[in-house]
Amino acid sequence: MKLVTAIIKPFKLDDAREALSDIGVTGMTVTETKGFGRQKGHSELYRGAEYVVDFLPKVKLEVAVADNKVEEVVASIIKAAGTGKIGDGKIFVLGLEEVIRIRTGETGEEAL
Amino acid sequence: MKCLFSVLLKKIGLAGATLGFFTMFVPSFALADELNSGDTAWILTSTALVLFMTLPGLALFYSGLVRAKNVLSVLMQCFSIACLVSIVWMVFGYGLAFGDGGSINQIVGLGNIMISDIGIDSMSGTIPEILFFMFQMTFAIITPALVVGGFAERMKFTSVLWFTVLWVALVYAPVCHWVWGGGWLSDKGFLDFAGGAVVHINAGVAAIVAAIVLGNRRGFPDTPMAPHNMAITVAGASMLWVGWFGFNAGSALTSGGGAGMAMAVTHISAAAGSLAWMACEWYRSGKPTVLGIVTGMVAGLGTITPASGFVGPLGGLIIGLSAGVVCYFATQYIKRVLKIDDSLDVFPVHGVGGVLGCLLTAVFYSKSYGGLAEAGYSISSQFGVQLIGVLATVAWCAVVTFFILKLVDIMVGLRVKEDEETEGLDIVLHNERGYHI
Repeated sequence: MKLVTAIIKPFKLDDAREALSDIGVTGMTVTETKGFGRQKGHSELYRGAEYVVDFLPKVKLEVAVADNKVEEVVASIIKAAGTGKIGDGKIFVLGLEEVIRIRTGETGEEAL
Repeated sequence: MKCLFSVLLKKIGLAGATLGFFTMFVPSFALADELNSGDTAWILTSTALVLFMTLPGLALFYSGLVRAKNVLSVLMQCFSIACLVSIVWMVFGYGLAFGDGGSINQIVGLGNIMISDIGIDSMSGTIPEILFFMFQMTFAIITPALVVGGFAERMKFTSVLWFTVLWVALVYAPVCHWVWGGGWLSDKGFLDFAGGAVVHINAGVAAIVAAIVLGNRRGFPDTPMAPHNMAITVAGASMLWVGWFGFNAGSALTSGGGAGMAMAVTHISAAAGSLAWMACEWYRSGKPTVLGIVTGMVAGLGTITPASGFVGPLGGLIIGLSAGVVCYFATQYIKRVLKIDDSLDVFPVHGVGGVLGCLLTAVFYSKSYGGLAEAGYSISSQFGVQLIGVLATVAWCAVVTFFILKLVDIMVGLRVKEDEETEGLDIVLHNERGYHI
């Protein structure tokens, strides 16, 4: 099992959610976050005080998937969340040691 | 009017009634101390408008400009200043500002402790004196509230309270007395219709002195300290515009053409100042900001304040445009060149604006520039008087404010500790959070 973590542009969240839904992904966790890579920040001006803001708003999407679905999920996120411009984000695939459903106690792939 | 005539008719007969009727058109000195209900109604309204400028106008304007962790500290300071000054004004402030100081009346008033000399029938011109007391109170409230902008986000609450009491007593009341209470500046013919010197120069100078004495905020100027809620700042600014009609047009103390003209020039100046600042900013930084346009508005309003009862619409326009430009550059200079952390720009907007307005009053009072002066008015000689008033106010305010701050520092300290400043005043000083998101 793998935890697919994607940092994407906030306005792409709905597209990504729909795309994942279409391939049968039934749950995810979303966090509002900030970050930067190669995308430059912007400047804000308040009465003569100018600030360059490096951190840009992003959304972190986390989905726990079975090993045989990882490629499909990654491809789906890339298609839905990509705009072709700098700042589209990154996807990290982490190994997931165990998954437990709290309500029933199910473990492993049954808990996904 | 019809009713009065018939009352007079019944009481003193036709001749007397006719005479009585026509005395209404005689200049008001003939009817001094006779209550005019139009004037009274307008000043009742203006008093409410000017209080509204502080609560919540200025409170919202200022609190939106600070960081979220300090939003309540600003609201608390504005609110508590309003409450505290109200009592101070009643107990001795009004007496200092408007009382008869006898042998020292050139400098300060005396007496009328607890306003014991004012009864329900006491008059001040054509309005009840108790109302004049109230109207003036709202000015005494907003002036120290403006100073908050200079020491925002770093001053201890107890220090703010002590500072306010001492400052109203030793700076505001005396200067008010000099200009409006029969003191030496009014004797010299200094023109300050609604508070260019008494309110704006005083507040601006005190703010920058406080900013220097307390020191810059931790992290200034490199750390971003962006306004946390521009929406409430604009809401507050809008309230200031509306309330300012009470501030300037109310200072006519009568309901008529004088008030109407003051309202008109005030409004034109606000609009002109807004557009002028917006234009400067657009040209120099590439984009017009909403903070810029509302600050330009405040600059326009503050600058027209001393002139509002003396100039005509042309004066309002030129004064407003000048204010937008001059105060814009003053703000840049204080922040970027001098790097003084007058956090909410009280000095470059109100201080510089007040000085500019007092001086331009001399020019635009002249009939040649659409003003209301009589023939034989000399711009140059009035300018000299205005300059004296401006310099005296700046000097007195700067020196006395400095000493008050030093005194308060000895008594209770001035500034919060570094880690308290970082955590935020709301939690540290008030055990509250502004937002629970």
